[in-house]
Amino acid sequence: MLQRPLKVAIHKLTSCSGCQLAFINQGPKLLKLLEFVEFTHFIEAGLFAPDQEVDVALIEGSVSTHDDLKRLVNARQRAKLLVSIGACATSGGVQALRNMADDKENWKRAVYAHPEFIEELQDCTAVATHVKVDFELWGCPVTQQQVTECLRQLHAGVKPKDNAEKLCMECKRQGNVCVLITQQAPCLGPVVRTGCGALCPSFGKACYGCFGPSEQPNCESLTNRMTGFGLMPNDIVHRFAAIHSQSPPYQQQIARWRLQDLEGSD
Amino acid sequence: MEKGFLPRENLSQLHAVLCQQGYKVIGPQVKDGAIVFDGLRDIADLPWGIVEHTEAGAYRLEDTGDNRCFAWNNGPQGLKPWLFKSQQTVWRGEATSDGIRFKSEQPSPQPLAFIGIRSCDISALYLQDKHFMHSAYADPWYTAQRKQLCLIAVNCSRSNDTCFCESTGDGVEATYGYDILLDELDDGYLVDVKSERGRAITAALPLQPGSQQHHKQAQRQLKNARHQQRVMPDAEQLLKLLEHLNDKHWQDIAERCLACGNCTLTCPTCFCSKQEAEVEPVSGEHHQVRYWDSCFSEKHGYIAGMQLRGDVSQRYRQWMTHKLATWQAQYDRSGCVGCGRCISWCPAAIDIVAEANLILGDDHD
Ligand code: SF4
Ligand code: SF4
Ligand code: SF4
Ligand code: SF4
Repeated sequence: MLQRPLKVAIHKLTSCSGCQLAFINQGPKLLKLLEFVEFTHFIEAGLFAPDQEVDVALIEGSVSTHDDLKRLVNARQRAKLLVSIGACATSGGVQALRNMADDKENWKRAVYAHPEFIEELQDCTAVATHVKVDFELWGCPVTQQQVTECLRQLHAGVKPKDNAEKLCMECKRQGNVCVLITQQAPCLGPVVRTGCGALCPSFGKACYGCFGPSEQPNCESLTNRMTGFGLMPNDIVHRFAAIHSQSPPYQQQIARWRLQDLEGSD
Repeated sequence: MEKGFLPRENLSQLHAVLCQQGYKVIGPQVKDGAIVFDGLRDIADLPWGIVEHTEAGAYRLEDTGDNRCFAWNNGPQGLKPWLFKSQQTVWRGEATSDGIRFKSEQPSPQPLAFIGIRSCDISALYLQDKHFMHSAYADPWYTAQRKQLCLIAVNCSRSNDTCFCESTGDGVEATYGYDILLDELDDGYLVDVKSERGRAITAALPLQPGSQQHHKQAQRQLKNARHQQRVMPDAEQLLKLLEHLNDKHWQDIAERCLACGNCTLTCPTCFCSKQEAEVEPVSGEHHQVRYWDSCFSEKHGYIAGMQLRGDVSQRYRQWMTHKLATWQAQYDRSGCVGCGRCISWCPAAIDIVAEANLILGDDHD
């Protein structure tokens, strides 16, 4: 147990800032958090000191630009522990979809008025591709509870508890009626990590996979099943190529069903 | 005692009497495309005219437009979530200046009357009783609520494609464990009473004597319901599963199985749980919480610093051999009551009856 507050820096790489907002939006719980956490660098909260030595660096965002990479390496050097938070940091996030584009230059021109100002790395990647990551908090965005629990455990000097359970477990505890069974909906719950409280199924919607791959995800079997629901190979690709397209188990399915799609259209 | 007859237009009085006697009434309703048990405000909210169609990995409701409200067989859950809660705080702790103060978590039961539960639900309840009430460590939350149940069961008048309770010895007709038992007929309900609790309720109902016609119709319906497609091997056969621990077929199942736990969590007899230590963010109070768990979870196989069931084939084998074989040594019968939930609610459409038969078949050694 640390006898002083945990010194924490929050660094933002390429991201929407949604994960950082999980801190700010928590009201009275934030005050409680400040009893054992001292933020040194947290731009969204007006603190700027990226070069200060800290106990924990929380990294939000993916490595998409040269500047991201430079700042990430600096953050790693100045932190005892580094925790990646959110989909972008853990697997590249939505912006990593660009890695899959066949013609990247064309893409850029289609999106930006002045593509010549865009200076990015070849691929958009997860934090762990570049530096040692001590813990990962998955989710798009992460929840307040996840981040608070992680920091509390680090302050107490214990290894943060990981939970890679399948979403179905929580879905069943909540008493939701399974949308995959009643609607033959392409729910990703059986291959997705818990964390959201089974939000989408509780509103009758199939899980989109915000929290990334679960423990031992059998995506092969789930996607076979989806074809039985009438999904075409390209629909399956879209299902997996969303938030965590660069995570290896989902990447495999994207490749597998892209191939099927090409073979089918020949 | 002779069965009485309650005309359909008087069914609402059953609801009224239960309320008068202080019960919260829980009944079947259509919710999100399934039959779900929940607080029942009015008899009109029952699933009138609704039947369900099930197969491996699928469940679909149909509105037949007829005047029955118990023509369906079951939904994703029976009584389990009301007694063995999916989430239960077991104790609390608070850090004080002179150490940790522990607080026990008292049960908060209430009188609940369930309308519309089935024979398989009662069998499953008795199995859970053995585990949670009559074992060496009785569960206080389960026990307290269990003592305040009033069970109004209904005999099944048809069987679903996934029902196989006749072969497990449980059957479509409820024979024990209920307070009141109904047969739903064309024009009303045959009413049988088993307990004092039940008699206190039926005494307040405008019952007529049941006619021979009523009894005949009830018998015809039961006969119809006894036609079931699946047959689970008998208890003795099932014990032989333990001679097939190295069967290559477990691997074949594991290729399809998602290890999602849906089968165990919809199964009305599965009782596994895990505990988590949680901190209430503002007060700092510690909660020790028990959650539903499953032998399909990775951590469930992590025992004494070792992963005992790293492979999904081992987890499916654990589920099937515990449920159908080793359960017999533990609680004197197989843990399967033939409700078919694990079949219809399996996202991978895996059928436990078909798989058990395959493994026990000659060509699978
Ligand atoms: S709705 Fe999705 S997450 Fe919930 S049990 Fe079904 S498959 Fe699993
Ligand atoms: S048998 Fe079906 S419900 Fe059970 S864990 Fe496997 S995929 Fe899930
Ligand atoms: S094993 Fe399947 S059919 Fe048997 S009681 Fe459990 S859920 Fe019902
Ligand atoms: S089958 Fe699995 S989840 Fe069910 S009681 Fe046995 S070990 Fe527990």
